[in-house]
Amino acid sequence: MNQPELKIGSYTLNSRLIVGTGKYASLELMRDCHAASGANCVTVAVRRERLVDKNSGRNILDMIDPKKYILLPNTAGCFTAEEAVRVARLGREMLTDSGFRGAEWVKLECLGDTKTLLPEPVGTLEALKILVADGFQVLVYCSDDVMLCKRLQEAGAAAIMPAGSPIGSGQGILNPNAIRIILEQLKEKSPDYPVIVDAGVGTASDVSMAMELGVDGVLLNTAIAGAKEPLKMAQAMGLATESGRLAFEAGRIPRKLYATASSPWEGRINV
Amino acid sequence: MCSAVIFGKIETMEVVVNGEIKEVADGTSVQELLAQFQIKPVRVAVERNREIVTRKQFADTRLAAGDKIEIVTFVGGG
Repeated sequence: MNQPELKIGSYTLNSRLIVGTGKYASLELMRDCHAASGANCVTVAVRRERLVDKNSGRNILDMIDPKKYILLPNTAGCFTAEEAVRVARLGREMLTDSGFRGAEWVKLECLGDTKTLLPEPVGTLEALKILVADGFQVLVYCSDDVMLCKRLQEAGAAAIMPAGSPIGSGQGILNPNAIRIILEQLKEKSPDYPVIVDAGVGTASDVSMAMELGVDGVLLNTAIAGAKEPLKMAQAMGLATESGRLAFEAGRIPRKLYATASSPWEGRINV
Repeated sequence: MCSAVIFGKIETMEVVVNGEIKEVADGTSVQELLAQFQIKPVRVAVERNREIVTRKQFADTRLAAGDKIEIVTFVGGG
């Protein structure tokens, strides 16, 4: 079923699901899961190249079709604004004249510590300002704090990406009301402003729930890569993204305490 | 930093590549450094003393003793 495309910065996505590239048992499985998910944007991390033993020369980009996928470089593993800015610039440099799309944007991640992997709000805002001044379109990973999300939007973020729950935790959307308020506040003046749930989803219903709240997309990695059968979960996540979006657009019925009959009372034979 | 004469006439110098001390020939360019480690230039980005060296500058950028070089690539992540 055709869904309206999602515009973020200068990029247009025809799937509202963005998937990661980490933790797969093999690069072939990653490639197949990407295809099964229906996503057309995948996020990649920046790390030191190995000087010896380089996986017989294979690079992750060899398994990503540049015609099909837009790359979203991220700053995963950065704990200060300085590190995040440095990594963002290296990611941009790698994509420049590389044949891949994605040099113009970055997923900003600036974390607080290695145990919680929770976003560090002060460093995140600081890095965002530097990157925006440097011409980046920045998709900002952050906590589901409404006021922080507003400050990030004001500072020029191209999209806000609140976590549903901690990275890789599979706890789902822990505070749907916070996501609701974020959507209401950030979209008040610009209804198309992209809000994407990034991190924490565990299974398809978590994705549907996020989409039904009205978020513009979901970004996930571990929920697929860590599933017993990643290929099936990839397909499930793609379907959940679509069904959740459709349900949001359709508009759910209000919750009521008492029943409402679906069949008419009139014409019952025992009256 | 030190330059030394070893193997007769080849002058070498020490540089730090991805945190490891490496000995390279004097005047080694970024392009030659990548070749030495069998790294394809198209898949990496390079920093020299925290300044990005663009791909177009790889051939003309000569290293100096003590330079800190970072060679990065994309890996799987979320």
